[in-house]
Amino acid sequence: MPAFDYAPAPESRAVVDLRPSYGLFIGGEFVDPADGSAFKSVTPASEEVLAEVAEAGPADVDRAVRAARAAYDDVWGPMPGAQRAKYLYRIARIVQERSRELAVLESLDNGKPIRESRDVDLPLVAAHVFYYAGWADKLRYAGLSAEPAPLGVAAQVIPWNFPLLMLAWKIAPALACGNTVVLKPAETTPLSALLFAEICQQAELPPGVVNIVTGAGATGAALVAHPGVDKVAFTGSTEVGRAIARAVAGTRKRLSLELGGKAANIVFDDAPVDQAVEGIVNGIFFNQGHVCCAGSRLLIQESVHDEVLGALKRRMARLRVGDPLDKNTDVGAINSAAQLERIRELSAAGAAEGAERWSPPCPLPERGFWFAPTLFTGVSQAHRIAREEIFGPVLSVLTFRTPAEAVEKANNTPYGLSAGVWSEKGSRILAVADKLRAGVVWANTFNMFDPTSPFGGYKESGYGREGGRHGLEAYLA
Amino acid sequence: MTATTRPVPAGPVLPGRGSLRGFLHGLPGVDQVGAEQRAAALGTRSIKTTAKAWAIDLAIRMVDLTTLEGADTPGKVRALCAKARRPDPTDPSCPAVAAVCVYPSMVPVAAEALRGSGVHLASVATAFPSGQAPLEVKLADTAAAVAAGADEIDMVISRGAFLAGRYDEVHEEIAAVKQAAGAAHLKVILETGELGTYDNVRRASWLAMLAGADFIKTSTGKVPVAATLPVTLVMLEAVRDFRAATGRQVGVKPAGGIRTSKDAIKYLVLVNETAGDRWLDPDWFRFGASTLLNDLLMQRAKLTTGHYSGPDYVTVD
Repeated sequence: MPAFDYAPAPESRAVVDLRPSYGLFIGGEFVDPADGSAFKSVTPASEEVLAEVAEAGPADVDRAVRAARAAYDDVWGPMPGAQRAKYLYRIARIVQERSRELAVLESLDNGKPIRESRDVDLPLVAAHVFYYAGWADKLRYAGLSAEPAPLGVAAQVIPWNFPLLMLAWKIAPALACGNTVVLKPAETTPLSALLFAEICQQAELPPGVVNIVTGAGATGAALVAHPGVDKVAFTGSTEVGRAIARAVAGTRKRLSLELGGKAANIVFDDAPVDQAVEGIVNGIFFNQGHVCCAGSRLLIQESVHDEVLGALKRRMARLRVGDPLDKNTDVGAINSAAQLERIRELSAAGAAEGAERWSPPCPLPERGFWFAPTLFTGVSQAHRIAREEIFGPVLSVLTFRTPAEAVEKANNTPYGLSAGVWSEKGSRILAVADKLRAGVVWANTFNMFDPTSPFGGYKESGYGREGGRHGLEAYLA
Repeated sequence: MTATTRPVPAGPVLPGRGSLRGFLHGLPGVDQVGAEQRAAALGTRSIKTTAKAWAIDLAIRMVDLTTLEGADTPGKVRALCAKARRPDPTDPSCPAVAAVCVYPSMVPVAAEALRGSGVHLASVATAFPSGQAPLEVKLADTAAAVAAGADEIDMVISRGAFLAGRYDEVHEEIAAVKQAAGAAHLKVILETGELGTYDNVRRASWLAMLAGADFIKTSTGKVPVAATLPVTLVMLEAVRDFRAATGRQVGVKPAGGIRTSKDAIKYLVLVNETAGDRWLDPDWFRFGASTLLNDLLMQRAKLTTGHYSGPDYVTVD
């Protein structure tokens, strides 16, 4: 036992008032689905059922799209930007006021540590809505078009890794630009979106401007295929992104996709080692590695490989894995049984292909979905764990000899969402960043997000940008 | 404090004569943003109930109870020593502090007052706080403090020489003071508030350790910026890495500006998650502080009794 043994410091669940069941949020109110079907949302930390949630069928999706269309035609589309901004500012303030409640709910439903939902997710959610509220009456000055016009009804399908943050990334720019939305949260994490629906009611947002239909893949497919939709925005796996691209091909629908990644985090021999180690840890173990831009391929210059790896292992041994609601937890629960299975399968493949697997001693809870922070050394470019997105707390360590080799290896992937460069030499950072084919390149930091900064991918990581002035483009004609 | 007089073994990572500059400048840099982020993140740890009680008692045992005023008198120093021996006269289970820290002229008084208590006696020396005096004066200052009964010496480095890049001069000075201090433990004050960058903090930490420091200490408390969490983080990384390279363990002492139990616990979290268990001991980590102790005592009473007693229930010495 360690000398300094932190006593449990659980955040109270009492702040969250969950209903036993939730309907669909259509036209400003919660309604029952046409065929009455439902599914359960569990907390991945213990598999306890949190609430029952309606499953939207094609008739429900149709109803939601019609509600969004009516709101677009009658209220939201014609409304002056300054008026729309008032609603967005109001929503952002309510999010801030209720941030503790939202953070606890997010950690319960998703499994992420409360430290992250409290200190990262929720502040970014509010910042994103504030940021786009500011654009609502200034769209003509965004440099995109002289008379920017909204697209109409946006169908938005979001993943389970940052449920509320991805909702904010989708809804805030869409609404600021004058579109109305039908949003489908992921089936494992629908609850914070439903609490957000209550916030829309609290903010007296006109009915139909935001509609939330819960369900699984079939619901999402019905939504993106609906003929009444003008715009489709999706964040999730490359596989589903391809299916969506096929579904909307040949239609008038505009499409933006933010898909998978296999980011290289490049550590040069002149890196600030202690901070680089923090960045590596943050890059792959933040949010249990359920991050599309996670730094899952660590490229270390061979001359400092042993030193960096030793420091990294020492640091990994300090990670506190466990109860997501404990304020001292660093790594929470894997979001679902299916994701845990995928992580296990790919990790087994890494070991089978000859890479060396290492995890710190790490007791895991018996119930729920858990995976110890893991790293693989001796990984080559040919290994599956160096090529496929694991979307879990698993790091593949590779080496390089020269900057040119680092760039070559970093770019040798079908993905291109993000990358990291660690060096104390500014000229090297700029030269390498220039050659990396990734939408975001972080220098001497990782997983740093800001609403003013555009985010999005190259190649199979998708197209379109979210955040910043560029993020407006996806929602304006 | 345990005596460690073993010389630094010459490992492959350590500099030979004349290459000090190359060595210090070859240490990995410190990214300011990253270091401050890490310290801030550790500052959010939530230390409650049993862990808090343990941390508060440890923090009390780590206090170097300090008075370094022109107005110090024998009466004031005797009162401070009484407080150091029994911080909470109403509770015999409350531990004593680690040491009392005074100016050299007050060492005889303190030595008398602390005799037999096990509380260490630290004296600042070497023309504290500026360090701007000839070497002979600094050595005489040190020798006098030790002769009068100090078993710990808190010296200051010549920041002027360090910032001018005269590392050999600083090294020789620390080594000379170490010799003059004899068996007394040497704490080397880097005065990080005057060093300007974390890179300099790391270099000065290594320089002091290479020259024989038993402890590295942040500050005199006499300049506007004293101990901070990120500076202490960088110094803890330095002692951790130095031990890994040489096998010799060096202590760390943040001093100045640490006033509340909450602050002290943040430092202990930093020690725990940076250097580890080995440093969670009054032999290897100290707080240089004058007002911290009373807050620790109040928090300790709160944990024991369930209510705050208020400042009138702790002694003002």
